[in-house]
Amino acid sequence: MSKMTIPLGPQHPALKEPVNFTLVLEGEQITGSAVNLGYNHRGVEKAAENRTFLQDIYLIERICGICSHSHTTCYVTCVEEIAKAEVPERAKAIRTLVGELERVHSHLLWLGIAGYEMGFETLFMYTWRDREQVLDCLELVSGNRVHYGINTIGGVRRDITPGQKTEILKRLAILEERTKYYVKLGTEEATVLARTQNVGLLPHDIALERGAVGPTARASNVKRDVRKDAPYLIYDKLDFNLITHNTNDVFGRLVVRVLELVESYKMIRQILNYLPEGPIAVKVPAKIGPGEAVNRYEAPRGEDIHYVKANGTDKPERAKVRAPTMANYPSVSYMLDGGYLADVPMVIAAIDPCMSCTDRAMVYNTKTDKVQIYGWDELRKYGIEQYKKKGVDFSKL
Amino acid sequence: MKKPARAFGEVIENLFKKKATSNYPFEKAVVDARYRGRIAFESDKCIGCKLCVRVCPSKAIEIILSAEQPAAAPVPEGSAPVPAKKKFDCIMSLDRCIYCSQCVDICPKKALVSTTDFELAHTDRKFLRLHYK
Amino acid sequence: MTIDSALPALTYILIFPGFVFLAAYGLFLQWFDRRLAAVMQNRVGPPWYQPVADLVKLLAKEVIVPEACDTVMFKALPYFAIAAVVTSALMIPVWTDAVYSFQGDLVVVIYLLTIPTVTFFLAGWSSTSPYATIGAMRVLTQLFAYEVPLMLSIIGPAILAGTWNISEIAGFFTSHKIYMLAQIPGLLVALLALQGKLERVPFDIPHAKNEIVGGQFTEYSGRLLGFFCLAVDMEMVVGAALVNAIFLGGTLGAFGILGFAVFLVKTMAVVFLLVLLKVLMGRVRIDQMVRFCWQILAPLCLAQILLDIFIKTLNLN
Repeated sequence: MSKMTIPLGPQHPALKEPVNFTLVLEGEQITGSAVNLGYNHRGVEKAAENRTFLQDIYLIERICGICSHSHTTCYVTCVEEIAKAEVPERAKAIRTLVGELERVHSHLLWLGIAGYEMGFETLFMYTWRDREQVLDCLELVSGNRVHYGINTIGGVRRDITPGQKTEILKRLAILEERTKYYVKLGTEEATVLARTQNVGLLPHDIALERGAVGPTARASNVKRDVRKDAPYLIYDKLDFNLITHNTNDVFGRLVVRVLELVESYKMIRQILNYLPEGPIAVKVPAKIGPGEAVNRYEAPRGEDIHYVKANGTDKPERAKVRAPTMANYPSVSYMLDGGYLADVPMVIAAIDPCMSCTDRAMVYNTKTDKVQIYGWDELRKYGIEQYKKKGVDFSKL
Repeated sequence: MKKPARAFGEVIENLFKKKATSNYPFEKAVVDARYRGRIAFESDKCIGCKLCVRVCPSKAIEIILSAEQPAAAPVPEGSAPVPAKKKFDCIMSLDRCIYCSQCVDICPKKALVSTTDFELAHTDRKFLRLHYK
Repeated sequence: MTIDSALPALTYILIFPGFVFLAAYGLFLQWFDRRLAAVMQNRVGPPWYQPVADLVKLLAKEVIVPEACDTVMFKALPYFAIAAVVTSALMIPVWTDAVYSFQGDLVVVIYLLTIPTVTFFLAGWSSTSPYATIGAMRVLTQLFAYEVPLMLSIIGPAILAGTWNISEIAGFFTSHKIYMLAQIPGLLVALLALQGKLERVPFDIPHAKNEIVGGQFTEYSGRLLGFFCLAVDMEMVVGAALVNAIFLGGTLGAFGILGFAVFLVKTMAVVFLLVLLKVLMGRVRIDQMVRFCWQILAPLCLAQILLDIFIKTLNLN
């Protein structure tokens, strides 16, 4: 069969966010693939330098809709570390609670997306119906269904009342029952098994070599989870299992995420029992003294790293974000090679891609081993030349 | 164990259950009382400190002097005149606002309130710039 | 039934059971399919006028034809698909006798129903875009997978009834109702193969939205796409009526308004089973589908044929 190169993206029904995969096909089999990122680059890190630390919380929150709390908590922990502020225990517990509720939300959303990519619309509709329970919980606690805005520098903005506690526990019971059904459906339904087993194989050593994180790595038996390796907030006081699976394929990732849902329900009950009395925030001065801090957080997609450098004013000097999907991309090109075209949406969906988290620009020239920072004019010139090579001329704009 | 048509029981049950989706816009959604919707402004309580303008992440709020200023309060004979209390208006850009309610938290006189209004979309841009008097 | 002059012939072809009836009933069945699938998924679903609204919207939109494609073939193909489906509807009985029935019309109907699939292939091929080419190749591969089980599954009842005339097969099962129970494996195979022909889940591989955007229909827009969708809807009516006539005995001898009502109810029951298949399963890969059809469906059909031959010889003795 002759070779055909098709572009998957940046606009494609299988992708939630713009990214480009250039696939070389022979019939239905993929013989080569290339990943092109950068379509969702918004200059967040530069914009963060022009806003105060408090305004930056809302900017960093909008890096991603589903992992918004992960990004804010990681950023705020960095700022509090620089300011040497002691966050009260109750605030940490509430942050953990919202973090685990966000994980439940993200994994239920992922189950629906996996069903949709397989053409199994019924699973999609059922999981998104049950996701409404956790969205209602989050609306009760924080006032919004996505972009919770519950963090502030020094603690949290809203408190949990006993009435909210009972409401959350009621919805948690419904979710636990539905998740038991999804465990059975995901592991027994014939078409789900046919589309997920032996698809997107990522052996253990390749996962370690290419730096996979999150459920993608844990499905290849890599025992890595920031909540266990470097516990933050109140995770050292909670009792939960580290879920891994050893089938190295999309089915493993499905099982890991569904079982993580069960662990999250356990953790939410423990947190609601544990909530200590006390204030929910401490006052932190507006000007944060010179210093820098790095922090890691286990977002639903994997390990999220934030770096903040402050220089004594009320605006950060530099904020850097390394999102988990960025670490999973080298594994995607390994998983696509040798597979079928029909498996591409499943493989991409299985790493739970969040392109909004991913795109930050930095050019690393492997030949000269130097890092070059592009200014606005140079970027524009570079873009026009690149497209001229492809036959499109933008220079008149 | 592979079972084809595993979802059969659930699917047939759903033929007789109450539907999970509702017929919007004929049936409206119910939101929590503390939902962060449109921000409302009470001019009597505002003292014009502009803390809200400074803290807003997206420059959505503007505090200006009202066009009509109230007259000074009458004072008894012989005492020093008391200056009139200034009245302020608020211009809220609904398209710029991100509904974080940080301005509500920081206002010292509680002049800004979060309502539960969320159906704010409009085809005419001038309706998105609310002038609270 | 003999057709005397042009006017009744034109009425049969254009109004009933021709174009207008097939289009109206096809749009109704599309609504029934979408509404039933939505209720099974615990949602409200579209209102009754949604398929009509979709068709009218598509007819009003601009037609964009890619520059590199074969324009004449690109624009003519939807009409060929509709023509083939309407012709095949003339040979399927609504009451007890089709408009134009003869010995061997079973084979002709299956042949005519293959033509829309070939037009899908040519549509994808003449579009010359990468996604359309992949969709076209998948259409042909899928045709080779489900066509043989479909043909084999309807041979069983034909052997039992001893005739190649669809109307006579329906008549045979109307008078010997008990034999319908023995046709259940064949009915199951025919329903799955019909899902393949109509390109519905689990066999909607050629126009799989998540993998190849629109498959063979990627470059189609406006009224050409509208007519292709109408052709698929009409194919659902014809397929359901065919399965009804061969496996379920047609209208079971009723005439007039009652007979028509029985026809509607029975075809909607067949569509109910198709919707159940659609809701319960996800899409399979093309290689898995080919393996499934040849390793499971085809032997099941052969077993059904043997069973029918066995019953027929018992009957003759």
